[in-house]
Amino acid sequence: MPDSRTAAVTVQLVYLARLREAFGCAGEAMTLPGVDSSVAAILAILRARGGAFAKELAAGRAVRVALNHALVDADADVRDGDEVALLPPVTGG
Amino acid sequence: MTVRVQIADFDAGREIASLRAGDARVGAVATFIGTVRDVNDTAQVSTLTLEHYPGMTEKALEAIVAEATSRFDIFDVLVIHRVGTLAPADQIVLVAVTSAHRGDAFDACRFLMDYLKTRAPFWKKETTPQGTRWVDARASDDEAAARWEPPAVPR
Repeated sequence: MPDSRTAAVTVQLVYLARLREAFGCAGEAMTLPGVDSSVAAILAILRARGGAFAKELAAGRAVRVALNHALVDADADVRDGDEVALLPPVTGG
Repeated sequence: MTVRVQIADFDAGREIASLRAGDARVGAVATFIGTVRDVNDTAQVSTLTLEHYPGMTEKALEAIVAEATSRFDIFDVLVIHRVGTLAPADQIVLVAVTSAHRGDAFDACRFLMDYLKTRAPFWKKETTPQGTRWVDARASDDEAAARWEPPAVPR
């Protein structure tokens, strides 16, 4: 069965607050290599880099993800051109 | 319903007067102001810098206000949250709610703050004599927000 999602999915990642400092950059573009275009897939790719990415995004670390400015779970699917932000626990107010 | 994210300070009295102006249905105005403390976890705070996520911040605050409007019998809401660098005793946030009666006004104001503390994309960074550090989120904030959830109903 042909997979209609064969076009590459490129998203803009945004790193906020202490994650930006830990990763050493405010964000980057990421092109997903496979047919899995979920938030979970993005996190797995980042963790696989090791270093600060593996540490900050380890299982149990309280990082939330916003897809186009709305909070989502890891099973959310992303589309080409989406903005995916990684948010540490918030401390406003 | 008004939500503002701004660097500038606010005049709470003037904002509250504006909020309820011309609405004689209002019998209650509940207000909260958050301010910068000079001590956090035994460290003296020199300055507090508030970062936010431009593009999401207003949307997140508007969603929290919409939730409050659907849950409580209220007329109007104003939320102002400052960003940028602040000093001890500076104002950070204003939440004001109008209603016919105090019950819903108080509850909505409390709800708005509990949800803002756990869902609005702001992050505080403190400068102390020991250096600069990001403020940790508090479990007590999550517990406060969770108290607004309905108890789990078995299906």
